[in-house]
Amino acid sequence: MLAPLRQRSPLSRLLLGVDPARRALYILGMAPAVLYFYWGLTDQLGADPQNVLERALGLWALRFLIASLAITPLRQLGGPSLIRFRRALGLLAFYYAALHLTVYMLIDKGLDVPSIIADIAKRPYITIGMLAFVVLVPLAATSNTPMIRRLGARWRKLHRLAYLAAAAAALHFIMLVKVWPLEPLIYATLVAALLLFRLAYAFRPRAPRASRASRA
Amino acid sequence: MLIRSASDIRPSEITDRSVYLRRREFMFGAAALGATAALPWDALAAPLAATKSPFSTDEPVTPLKDVTSYNNFYEFGTDKDDPAANAHTLTTKPWKIKVDGLVDKPADYDLDDLIKDIALEERIYRMRCVEGWSMVIPWVGVPLASVLSRVAPQGSAKYVAFETIVRPSEMPGQKGFFQPLPWPYVEGLRLDEAMHPLTILAVGLYGEKLPNQNGAPVRLVVPWKYGFKSIKSVVRISLTDKQPVTSWSRENPREYGFYSNVNPAVDHPRWSQATERRIGEGSGLFVKRRPTLLFNGYAEQVASLYTGMDLKANY
Repeated sequence: MLAPLRQRSPLSRLLLGVDPARRALYILGMAPAVLYFYWGLTDQLGADPQNVLERALGLWALRFLIASLAITPLRQLGGPSLIRFRRALGLLAFYYAALHLTVYMLIDKGLDVPSIIADIAKRPYITIGMLAFVVLVPLAATSNTPMIRRLGARWRKLHRLAYLAAAAAALHFIMLVKVWPLEPLIYATLVAALLLFRLAYAFRPRAPRASRASRA
Repeated sequence: MLIRSASDIRPSEITDRSVYLRRREFMFGAAALGATAALPWDALAAPLAATKSPFSTDEPVTPLKDVTSYNNFYEFGTDKDDPAANAHTLTTKPWKIKVDGLVDKPADYDLDDLIKDIALEERIYRMRCVEGWSMVIPWVGVPLASVLSRVAPQGSAKYVAFETIVRPSEMPGQKGFFQPLPWPYVEGLRLDEAMHPLTILAVGLYGEKLPNQNGAPVRLVVPWKYGFKSIKSVVRISLTDKQPVTSWSRENPREYGFYSNVNPAVDHPRWSQATERRIGEGSGLFVKRRPTLLFNGYAEQVASLYTGMDLKANY
């Protein structure tokens, strides 16, 4: 007979799950956000704190997105299977993207709605950043066990949108800088490598029989 | 909101001049105190004596800490804090400036000789970066016109080109595999822009000689243009009859033109130029953006330079 799960509040279960390692990942994962907001509110982010905060949140969103996309290739390349952390990484990416967008709209633009709409419509890097966020919304909304059960095979298809979100986020980063500094290019290269690996893996040469079986 | 232009603050119009002057002395006293606490550069012992100027704005100046820690100076790295971290390695004495091209007195001048006997002035100017932020900086410098007259431009000279020093051994952004721009950094002005009384060669800020990260020992300051026009650590001034190919316009001609006058109505292709964030203003995170002014608020002084010119086409 299975041991009963320890009792946790429904909210805590929903947000953090019940696996201690995953709970630790959520808490550690949110630490940069907590630190940056603390530094921002105590005037420790230098001369242009808005910009530093906004960029840090965006960058962490991209980092978690890349981490979540690295889980499967890592296993396929013979590394450890960290699949049980993938949902947490994806959700952290979404939380950071949401904070990034909130800081942009609330602090940077002072909730000047016409100006925000004009930005999204007119500025390709903002359009693309917005696209990345919009794509992440259904992924975050379906990153829970009931939705995975309900969607079945469609869930995997839907969650391939993460590839689009990562590509858009990397492009968003490149497009907002003036020259070609190393950092955005490194992130774009990582995203490109992870996506190309999937392509190569799908079309990898296989023995005819095995091919049919694994495709199912 | 109305920003008072320089001509609004002619001494004759100031009702209580002594209070006005004392206020500024107080401000500089406080600033010098801040400098002593925060920044141990060697010039502290030698404050620059400079006369006040009617071209100065009376807006609150940006804290010295921000002026000297938030810089674009790609020769020292592309991050805003790279110049403050790396620029101490630059040797600024002796400093030669090559003056060549269409001038009667071309030579390799020592900086001290080039500005010798020209009265230093304090110019408190707004500085608007093309990235959408701004500062108010108390420069100390000399009118570029005085320096140019000294080297005697020829009648055929139409433009002035400037170059920043190339010294990879002392400028980490100029060495290594990944370099953001081709060196030297080049900027340029039309001769009438260069001769305009607002245009200065700055050798100091906040009453002290320039910190390296701000373009020591000598830099251009053209307050009605985006900050990147105000080239730092100048080693060459060339008078030419052809419009110089400037670094940013060569890098990305669609985004950066030769003129690069501050203009809220002409957007950068990737972002709006209608507003700006004034560094050091407000409380930390919550700084309300302020409207950007045509020619950075210096329209009254400089608009006549561009009469009949399409400012959208000549961005």
